[in-house]
Amino acid sequence: MKYFYLIFSSLKRKKIRTGLTIMSIMIAFVLFGYLTAIRQAFDAGVEVAGADRLIVRHKVSLIQLLPESYEARIERIDGVDNATHSTWFGGIYQEPKNFFAQIPIVPEELFDMFPEYVVSDEQKAAWLETRSGVLVGRGLMDRFGWKLGDRIPINATIWGKKDGGRTWEFDLVAVYDGAEKGTDTSQFFIRYDFFDETRAQGQGLVGWYTVRISDPDRAAEVAAAIDAEFANSAQETKAEPEGAFIQGFANQIGNIAFIIMSIMSAVFFTILLVAGNTMAYTVRERTNELAVLKAIGFTDRGVLGLVLGESLAITFVGGVLGLGLAWLLVSMGDPTDGSFPVFYLPTYDIFVGLILIVVMAFIAGIVPARQAQKLQIADALRR
Amino acid sequence: MTDKNSNGTLVKVSHVDKIFKRGSEEIHVLGGLDLDIPTGEFLALMGPSGSGKSTLLNLIGGLDRPSEGSVEVGGKRIDKLSERKLASWRARHVGLVFQFYNLMPVLSAQKNVELPLLLTKLSKAERKKRAAIALDIVGLSHRSGHYPRQLSGGEQQRTGIARAIVTDPTLLLCDEPTGDLDRKSGDEILDLLQALNKEQGKTIIMVTHDIHAAARASRTLYLNKGQLSVDPVD
Amino acid sequence: MFNWISQVVSVTQFSVRSLPQRKGSSAAALIGIAGVVAVMVGVLSIAQGVLKTMQSSAGDSNAIVLRSGADSEMMSGLGGEDARIIAEAPGIARDESGAIASPELFVIINLPMRTTGTDANVPLRGVQAPAMTVRESFKLVEGRMFEWGLNEVIVGKGAREQFAGLDIGSSIEVGQEKWPVVGVFEADGGLSESEIWVDAAVLQPAYRRGNSYQAVYVKLNSSEAFDEFKDSLTADPRLNVKPMRESEYYDSQSTTVYNLITGLGTLIAVIMGLGAVFGALNTMYTAVSSRSREIATLRALGFHSGPVVISVVSESLLLAFVGGLLGAGLAWLAFDGYRAATLNWASFSAITFAFDVNLKLLAEGIIFAMLIGLVGGLFPAVRAARQPVAQALREL
Repeated sequence: MKYFYLIFSSLKRKKIRTGLTIMSIMIAFVLFGYLTAIRQAFDAGVEVAGADRLIVRHKVSLIQLLPESYEARIERIDGVDNATHSTWFGGIYQEPKNFFAQIPIVPEELFDMFPEYVVSDEQKAAWLETRSGVLVGRGLMDRFGWKLGDRIPINATIWGKKDGGRTWEFDLVAVYDGAEKGTDTSQFFIRYDFFDETRAQGQGLVGWYTVRISDPDRAAEVAAAIDAEFANSAQETKAEPEGAFIQGFANQIGNIAFIIMSIMSAVFFTILLVAGNTMAYTVRERTNELAVLKAIGFTDRGVLGLVLGESLAITFVGGVLGLGLAWLLVSMGDPTDGSFPVFYLPTYDIFVGLILIVVMAFIAGIVPARQAQKLQIADALRR
Repeated sequence: MTDKNSNGTLVKVSHVDKIFKRGSEEIHVLGGLDLDIPTGEFLALMGPSGSGKSTLLNLIGGLDRPSEGSVEVGGKRIDKLSERKLASWRARHVGLVFQFYNLMPVLSAQKNVELPLLLTKLSKAERKKRAAIALDIVGLSHRSGHYPRQLSGGEQQRTGIARAIVTDPTLLLCDEPTGDLDRKSGDEILDLLQALNKEQGKTIIMVTHDIHAAARASRTLYLNKGQLSVDPVD
Repeated sequence: MFNWISQVVSVTQFSVRSLPQRKGSSAAALIGIAGVVAVMVGVLSIAQGVLKTMQSSAGDSNAIVLRSGADSEMMSGLGGEDARIIAEAPGIARDESGAIASPELFVIINLPMRTTGTDANVPLRGVQAPAMTVRESFKLVEGRMFEWGLNEVIVGKGAREQFAGLDIGSSIEVGQEKWPVVGVFEADGGLSESEIWVDAAVLQPAYRRGNSYQAVYVKLNSSEAFDEFKDSLTADPRLNVKPMRESEYYDSQSTTVYNLITGLGTLIAVIMGLGAVFGALNTMYTAVSSRSREIATLRALGFHSGPVVISVVSESLLLAFVGGLLGAGLAWLAFDGYRAATLNWASFSAITFAFDVNLKLLAEGIIFAMLIGLVGGLFPAVRAARQPVAQALREL
């Protein structure tokens, strides 16, 4: 469009001021992008949670164990496709800060229940052949620089070995990748049979069950049926959709989404003030120029559009730079060094960012633009 | 192009009043003013400060509306046009030359001259061509790439005139065009205006303080206390 | 020298008097700085709050004994016999009932959070009588103490606030049984306030623990007695334990959460600070350019450029100071004492705490603001001072 030249050349006025305003806007969008990635890290688990999966745990306390025998009983309940158990191993690799989840599970069940963990056929076979073998997520493997064939020693804090020792040794024979962007690739899966025969106590007891149901719409109904099955027994259960379970954990950490939204609002509000102020100042200074444009024949609407256009030009440059920088920073990796299962900037939010750019440009520029629109030529020229 | 009525009057101002409000005060700048300007005239308007010369100019140029009365240019009642229509009318029919040039500092001379053409449907190449022609007429082709801050006062005013004529307007309105220039540059500008009037037949209305400038015009009118007369007031 | 000072004074007076003309942009910069400080202080007060809770919990002359290799009570396991041996170690203070050594069980029970309705892992501690004596700050504030041997519980103030169903008269469900809440206790803002306490002898069978515990808390004769206490235990061939000072233990527990929040909070504050710097620079450049003719006139009259720089910088600092004060005040009003709960990674259990906007944080916030003001004022000031006078005078 022919007016682009006019709009962009007015950015040349007071280059320092324009530059600084662009910088402020850039910073706002860097924060937006980065905080969005952080929020996503907390939400990711909930999003990729299977809509057709339930988690069944001990009703009283998460740390209480359930009998292995529950599996068959759960599978007999109407609406249940398959059930598999998992347990919390809770060991330490080298030192406590190297935290990651270690989970004893039955291999064939894992492949069936969690199709989002993608493993090559040969590695699947390798795991099924090696009793002490472990299936490790790609993210975890990269974090510690492990290779296939490595021997990984884990110091058990909960589960002592029958021989009295506390150091368990595992063989890294298989790696899994996530089917989706948000899939957690930081887990360490141990063969349940190896676990059960080596542990000193608690044989036949497991941590929780993951249940696949045939109809996601019946989730609440099936969950209630499962709990009813074990009601009034020595170990009562609590069944809930996987997403809800994970959300519960995030809620414990704190209302992250709310905190982040608040920070972002504060930031945007502040930046809006700066940008709006700049625009207002610019228009005030240029009363004369704008009047001349009107005198030459630019319509009131035309001048309104010009000021809004300038606002958009500034916000666009700053916003795109900011989003780009945020993307760069996010790709540098997890700032907590392993606590987040995933860390990335979702494409959807980039679009949200772009829309915010336009909205911001409008809000910052509308008042000065209206002033420009209403300018009376004769008055303005006289000044 | 230009609508003339039978006796060649381009501008017809009838019974025009202009009242300004300052707070609760009302100031009558023009009162019951009549003025006919034939096509091709070079008219100078003189008078003491505050006499309303610029106001009258603004009314003729459609930059302001009269409180009472009518303003007709080329057969059209411009005081009755909507803001939007007035804007496009101005773009097509009026060229403005200001005392302080009023060029855009961020645009080169060439781009400044092209500005009014943005409002037309001409292609980029055409705009460039016309601007070049206008700059040539005012004798500033060699400085077309320079920015206003790099031009002398006289050169800036010449750029202003080029901008004013680039759309080939019916009327050229000049508000103290030589007010900020030294004698030599001022004379050059007046030469230019006279040439535009005599050779190109442009109708020019010029507000000025300067008797020497007024002498270049074909007719001079004096404005005092909102009334026009042919005689200067002491 | 005196001449210089009077120059600074007059220039500054002059610029301060012209402030009202620039109230729009000054207000924008001020609010911007206030916003940055408010957010920074707010976020960091979370970490401070968690830290305060941890620190309140630790008694100077207290120690905790876990199984060797365990990093938290949750992961630890001690037999009843171990607990008895530990209680006989040297250095432990004694009262009329004997050694002030408290063997304790640490488990979690799932209860809904009041805010979200979703479950939280609430710490449930099985105690014996010495538990109350070991913790000097323990104080029953409502209701009564539970009766030993009965299925009764008392709850910490923080727990009652954050989790549903813990008012006196309600009961928590443990398997088939209902355990009524009979009292509420305080512990000087420490960790215990996030917990529910019950008789260890009642908890053990409910969680199938036999005669085992997770930790032994002891009160020592003095802080110095720790070494003797520790050496005796580590040398004992019957035991495989890890004695720690309570303060050490709580430090290790809070590290992850504290570092995480402080790290993120600082990162956010720095980024926001940068934004505020640009905003402040913008304001000050505008301020300076709108007065460049005045400044040039002053210099043409004979004022040195030094005073000009100082006056611009001091104006910027003043703006930043007020903004910082505003932001800090806002943060204090909005956040201080706000109670919330988060997850203790080490023991995977909930801890309740209050946002702590302390003096240190407020000071940090204001200093940060002044820094922004300094940078925001310095560049424009130097530019104004360096501009050739003639050019500035021409710049209308």
